[in-house]
Amino acid sequence: MTLSEILQLISNLAVPVLMFAILFYAAMKKVKVFDVFVEGARGGFDVALKIIPYLVAILVAIGMFRASGAMDALSHVLTPLTNLIGMPAEALPVALLRPLSGSGSLALTTELMKTHGPDSFIGRLAGTMYGSTETTFYVLALYCGAVGIKKTRHTLVAGLLADATGLLAALWICRRVFGDA
Amino acid sequence: MLNWIWLGLMLVSVIYGACAGTLPAVTKAAFDSAGTAVTVVLGLVGVLALWLGLMKVAEEAGLIRVLAKILRPVSRVLFPGVPEGHPAITAMLLNLSANWLGLSNAATPLGLKAMEELQTLNDDKTTITDDMATFLAMNTASITLIPATMIGVRLALNSANPQEIVGTTIFASVCATLMAIVASKILQRLPIFSRDHSRAKSKSNAEES
Repeated sequence: MTLSEILQLISNLAVPVLMFAILFYAAMKKVKVFDVFVEGARGGFDVALKIIPYLVAILVAIGMFRASGAMDALSHVLTPLTNLIGMPAEALPVALLRPLSGSGSLALTTELMKTHGPDSFIGRLAGTMYGSTETTFYVLALYCGAVGIKKTRHTLVAGLLADATGLLAALWICRRVFGDA
Repeated sequence: MLNWIWLGLMLVSVIYGACAGTLPAVTKAAFDSAGTAVTVVLGLVGVLALWLGLMKVAEEAGLIRVLAKILRPVSRVLFPGVPEGHPAITAMLLNLSANWLGLSNAATPLGLKAMEELQTLNDDKTTITDDMATFLAMNTASITLIPATMIGVRLALNSANPQEIVGTTIFASVCATLMAIVASKILQRLPIFSRDHSRAKSKSNAEES
């Protein structure tokens, strides 16, 4: 069994095992599991309702930004900079879009892999970049919105620094492991 | 911060769209994205209810407190403002581990639960706490042990070895997570990011308007 197979197994088992453990333990403690579950589940809709306006704001802004072509223009302007650190120009839009839009960067990554082949350097790099960070703006809007936090202080800067680190680390490790072909 | 970036994205889109002649596409994207936002949230309602229900059962059984106590050494370093045995610890660490396993359906409700718990420790409900910021930064960098989506895409595109990016992805996301922790811990000390600063600023804004 390879490491990735073991990890795969863990992620397949995690949810059912967790469910079993929680319910079993609760039953041992004589908790009325069904009643308590329903009581907790009722909160799901409230939370979802609270999130909607924040997600609309973020997704609309990012959708408009991409559709206007400003996104492409931005990556065009930044190309000389990425050449300097040895990042292929084709991979730059993925790096820029990753913190903004999960589905957008997934589409872009898939597109790159289709064009250049999944086993090309660009394909491997884009795939690693996609997996190396989360959609920062989405996470921030979602989690802060849900509890009514308006002043996010340093969170965005810290998140974007982490994104940048992840993307640069992806570039570095891909060049080491896969070579520059 | 988010205010300015949001404003910038919106204004630049319209101005650039007007110059590049892409305004119809911009309009369409605005309406489409608004619809997508609601679709995404509605898709979340079911799983949210499921996990919040399970968390309630775990809480009632005392499981949350037991786990929080076990995880104390880790949480004391990462989230020093959360008292011992607080339910926020369990919710945060469950969220992070769900993220690491790529279980995003489980991660989001647990993360929202964690934020709610952290909010009970917050004396100014509109300003983020240091612990929330560290938690969210770690979330945005989330370590990925199984990049399942990417493996799926590569498989679909006939890659000779779809899993070969697992190692590189783990490496890159661990780097990002370490940066998230270090950056949030350092930045929280800077005067411009202090809680008093953002409070004072919002007060003066209110007085101006």
